[in-house]
Amino acid sequence: METLNALALLGNFLIVPGITYGCQLALGALGITLIYGILRFSNFAHGETMAFGTMAVILATWGLQSLGVSLGPLPTALLALPVGIMAAIGLLLLTDRYVYRFYRRQRSTPVIYLIASIGVMFIYNGLIRFIIGPNDQQFSDGSRFIIKAREFKQMTGLNEGLAIKTTQGITVVVTIILVIALFWFLNRTRAGKSMRAYSDNEDLALLSGIDPDRVVMIAWCLTAALATIAGTLYGLDKSFKPFTYLQILLPIFAAAIVGGLGSPVGAIAGGFVIAFSEIGVTFAWRKVAGYMGYETDSLMQLLSTDYKFAVSFAILVIVLLVKPTGLFAGKSF
Amino acid sequence: MKKTLMALAATTILVSPAMAEDVKLGVILGFTGPIESLTPAMAASAELAMAEVSESGALMDGATVTPIRGDSTCVDSAAATAAAERLVTAEKVHAIVGADCSGVTTAILQNVAMANGVVMISPSATSPALSDMEDDDLFFRTAPSDARQGQVIADILEDKGVKEIAITFTNNDYGKGLAESIETNFKDRGGKVTISAAHEDGKGDYTAEVGALAQAGGDVLVVAGYLDQGGKGIIQGALDTGAFDTFVLPDGMIGDALPKAIGSDLDGSYGTVPGTDSEGADIFDKMAKDAGISPDAFSAESYDAAALILLAMQKAGSTDSKVFRDHVFDVANAPGEEILPGELAKGLKILAEGGDVNYVGATAVELVRGGESAGNYREILVDGGENTTAKFR
Repeated sequence: METLNALALLGNFLIVPGITYGCQLALGALGITLIYGILRFSNFAHGETMAFGTMAVILATWGLQSLGVSLGPLPTALLALPVGIMAAIGLLLLTDRYVYRFYRRQRSTPVIYLIASIGVMFIYNGLIRFIIGPNDQQFSDGSRFIIKAREFKQMTGLNEGLAIKTTQGITVVVTIILVIALFWFLNRTRAGKSMRAYSDNEDLALLSGIDPDRVVMIAWCLTAALATIAGTLYGLDKSFKPFTYLQILLPIFAAAIVGGLGSPVGAIAGGFVIAFSEIGVTFAWRKVAGYMGYETDSLMQLLSTDYKFAVSFAILVIVLLVKPTGLFAGKSF
Repeated sequence: MKKTLMALAATTILVSPAMAEDVKLGVILGFTGPIESLTPAMAASAELAMAEVSESGALMDGATVTPIRGDSTCVDSAAATAAAERLVTAEKVHAIVGADCSGVTTAILQNVAMANGVVMISPSATSPALSDMEDDDLFFRTAPSDARQGQVIADILEDKGVKEIAITFTNNDYGKGLAESIETNFKDRGGKVTISAAHEDGKGDYTAEVGALAQAGGDVLVVAGYLDQGGKGIIQGALDTGAFDTFVLPDGMIGDALPKAIGSDLDGSYGTVPGTDSEGADIFDKMAKDAGISPDAFSAESYDAAALILLAMQKAGSTDSKVFRDHVFDVANAPGEEILPGELAKGLKILAEGGDVNYVGATAVELVRGGESAGNYREILVDGGENTTAKFR
């Protein structure tokens, strides 16, 4: 019984949120890594791309809600996802046409792309605030919980509750589907193979007749889809506020770099490493220890939560020192 | 939005040929950042007072008052300092309404206001540290210090019979000062603080923080943060995981946006916000609504901050900060004719005739110590998805 209590406690505060957060970071990091693999620069506008796609989803959700459409227990936003993805694809392709293509023709160095992407980030930022404003937007509907903490307690008779939100369930399911689809695309389809070839060796790919513009276009489309879905899941789970999408860029980059920039598997692994280390290292173990038979007055907290940021960056530094290419040697699809 | 933009554009174009009797007031608030949902109403309220004075034509032979906005960002001291520097040196504002958050207010005070000798009246900086800070008598605030808010919150907790609390605070001067004040006061009354942990603003994910707070436990969770930011994230997380049911919400967490965002789960939580049941508060509420402003936390304080500056200028007969800084106390406190919101013209006339005024304003302003509001608080109870007033303390 005591062990079960400890497990429920861990599940509620560590495992369930960690998995959800990890999925969200992983999807974000996948977008970063795709662009890095194909266009070879760190796309700082990715956070804002997520926000833009999510914004389009929210607007479409509101439209659907006003028409009386709903998905029952699931959030209506899932139905609005295609609209958001199309909007994000449109935005990214326009940006590529008017910003990045110029630098591609110039054969600019990655650092110039990077700076350009920061400029793009600010423009998106303004655009989003102009359209939907800087405030919080609530757009999740349907039932909020799969299991409520209180219901879980009554059901099992344990002292500790375990809550699983609908959004957490959706996040995990959607992420799994998306990752499988992405890997199938990259490994099994012609377009995916040409992307991998282009990423491995640009010149060789060009010589074998791969159309670079097409590869770049597909990369942007995939990124837009991933970003919109990641942003929407994040927004459903927490709430939509343009500011937070700017902030989430840091852990997403940390995840992508820890996993190895350019490696999709790495991006996913990195997402979970960052998510669990942020939560795990700063977790107070007192109650868990109590259930396991070690009563104590101290919080048994390794690091105060103030150092949450520091944890992901410490991991980043260690990985870069020990294995600079990341956990899964980067730049190989 | 369009109007604001036009006004902004107009002010930037029209800055050059400043007329002699044009009084310029900087309005430095965090139009972007953690309290960006409060600042539009705050700025509009300050500008309401300025418009009232301009229209009256009673300020120093019919001077007009022009507001010039600057973005304090609430959190980025460098950006706030740059914005203030621009207003003071390029736009040549005579005084500043602002800043909003305690950290940036300190930065602007030390780097810009004191260096250039410009009066600042903050509507919402509440850090206790600002009470004792060297300020060349240039700094005032229409908000009370959090040293006082800590006492009030400890009183409420004691009245409710709360024995153990967990505290989480936003990691800045405001949060830290307030958390310490609550902790000291609550311990003095025999309460126990299980944990006092900081959280960072602007993140979407607060799982780790909620986890630590939940493990420490407590009857209620005191959230000394911002309603648009980490504060809300923490509350949502704590409710979702069933870690806490009741929250104590200090002034940074009071706003209509919070109960609206969280929903009925927040019912039963309680908090404090500077406020009075004075006549002025009602008058201001009505004035603001007539002007198309929906008054939120610190809107009334913003109106009062602008009004105090202008009344002090009138009293001194000068727009020079170094002269009128000595008159802010005179117009804010007794003796003199009591001035309520909407009566600024009357106050200006009395002063012009050499009389005395006691500006009561929207928040029953009474300046004490180093120039801060004495501190009347409204005890808030969240009920039926709304912030309701339980009583005044």
